[in-house]
Amino acid sequence: MNFRHWVILLPLIAALLSCSGASGDKPGKKHTITIAGSTSVMPFTEKLAEHFMVDHKNFVIDVQGGGSTAGIQAVINNTVQIGMSSRQLKDDEKRLNTITICYDGIAVVVHPDNPVGEMDLDRIRQIFSGHISNWRQLGWVDRRIDAVSREEGSGTRGAFEGLVMKDKEIDDGTMVQDSNGSVKEVVATDPYAIGYISMGLVDKKVKPIAIAGVKPSIKTIKSGRYKLVRPFLYVTNGELDPRSRRFVDYVLSKEGQKILRNEGLVGFYD
Amino acid sequence: MIDRTVLKERFVKWVLVAFALSSLLFLFLIFIFILAEGLPLFLKVGLNKIIFGMKWAPTKGHFGIFPMIISSFLVTIGALVIGAPLGLSCAIYLSEYAGKRTRMLLKPAIELLAGIPSVVFGFLGVIYIVPLVRNYLGGSGFSLISTCLVLGVMILPTIISISFDALVSVPRTYREGSAAMGATKWQTIYKVIIPSAKSGILASFILGMGRAIGETMAVIMIAGNALKIPTSILDPLRTLTGNIALELAYATGDHRLGLFSTGVVLMVIIMILNYIANFGIKRKIAK
Repeated sequence: MNFRHWVILLPLIAALLSCSGASGDKPGKKHTITIAGSTSVMPFTEKLAEHFMVDHKNFVIDVQGGGSTAGIQAVINNTVQIGMSSRQLKDDEKRLNTITICYDGIAVVVHPDNPVGEMDLDRIRQIFSGHISNWRQLGWVDRRIDAVSREEGSGTRGAFEGLVMKDKEIDDGTMVQDSNGSVKEVVATDPYAIGYISMGLVDKKVKPIAIAGVKPSIKTIKSGRYKLVRPFLYVTNGELDPRSRRFVDYVLSKEGQKILRNEGLVGFYD
Repeated sequence: MIDRTVLKERFVKWVLVAFALSSLLFLFLIFIFILAEGLPLFLKVGLNKIIFGMKWAPTKGHFGIFPMIISSFLVTIGALVIGAPLGLSCAIYLSEYAGKRTRMLLKPAIELLAGIPSVVFGFLGVIYIVPLVRNYLGGSGFSLISTCLVLGVMILPTIISISFDALVSVPRTYREGSAAMGATKWQTIYKVIIPSAKSGILASFILGMGRAIGETMAVIMIAGNALKIPTSILDPLRTLTGNIALELAYATGDHRLGLFSTGVVLMVIIMILNYIANFGIKRKIAK
């Protein structure tokens, strides 16, 4: 373990200690579960944790961000009980247990005024790799395409690269925004923009593109016809202790899945 | 009794010294930490490949920040092109033409401008300037020109207040002498006052540059953050500061170190600018 790891881990350890310190006031009463990782999964986990803690007063659930990779690292080092990941595990991480809590669709979105409503994956790949750069090539006005991507390291970008770009690279001239929300804001205001965001965030301000004729929706994802889907994972090192297991069971229960569904994610009971 | 007073005096003095030095200590610590985190990558990848590398893809092992260095300078120069004439004109008006009452109104207003958080500038830029540029000039609106416009306004307070101080400190006798020669007010300003306040005005421009190059939040919101060197004023671009703030949240391993290396380069640039402003130019004023 080198210095760099410690810089990442120390705050986590400190957070863990401070939490167990707080629970130490009433010994044996509070049980703390620390969860860290993907910032895409974090808001949903926070919501689930809030609901869970209402009914289970003796639990304290501490949810932190840091990104998928940092979360997985923290699980490996046993600094957290559960890691959150919005990408599949890499080969050297495969020995960890994964629990899929739900699925998230990635929607390719354009401005509502844009008449282009359908593309295939090849087209999208060509747009983001810079090979198609004018809307005229897609049968619309003679205007440059303002493609918007996410920053390096983002789980959404990682999933988009894996599902759409494959071996091609996202062009350097592509704009970059640092959150799903900012990408959506750019697409909602710029009629010539195209971007990709988490399906749960799609509303009237942007128009999702049908990919090879299939619009992203809970239904098309469930039936397997919409292909841009990534799992949201909980990652654990070996078997979970029984009490942390109760939280995971809650997340996978009908009640927990309903909360996720209300957030626009695809659960198991839809 | 006297001993106790002396002791107390001494104690107070040392406490104050300790506090005064602590700010220096912070600077030193920041310096050490950025270097400790940023330098290893320079050794591993090579200085050339980072500073002159054209490709930034840290998760794939490319750490080139040359386009961002160029973009940072383009944005800074653009901001100066917009901010310098505006700021200098304002400073000249304030020091030479404005009456006491106007000055009392304008000075606090400019100080208020300095206090507006940069995220507010960024927000206004996204809501108003970006669509304006998109509709009337073309492109996506997230561009070099939008960024320069917003930064140009943001550096105004720095330029105005330092230029103003330089202009005001030109001795009264210069003005009187010029007037005695029959020069008009503008001739006096143009031929006498500005030349003698030149070093202070230049220092204000350079400090304004430092502010522009270090600005982050507003730039991320408006610049579009594309990784290419912009080929027109309507192209999006990414600055050094933007790169750090944009990617820090998810960065691990070498990616994280790459961002610290970006920080090292930024720190060196800002140190050079500050050095020029403080020692190269201000010293001349003293003479």
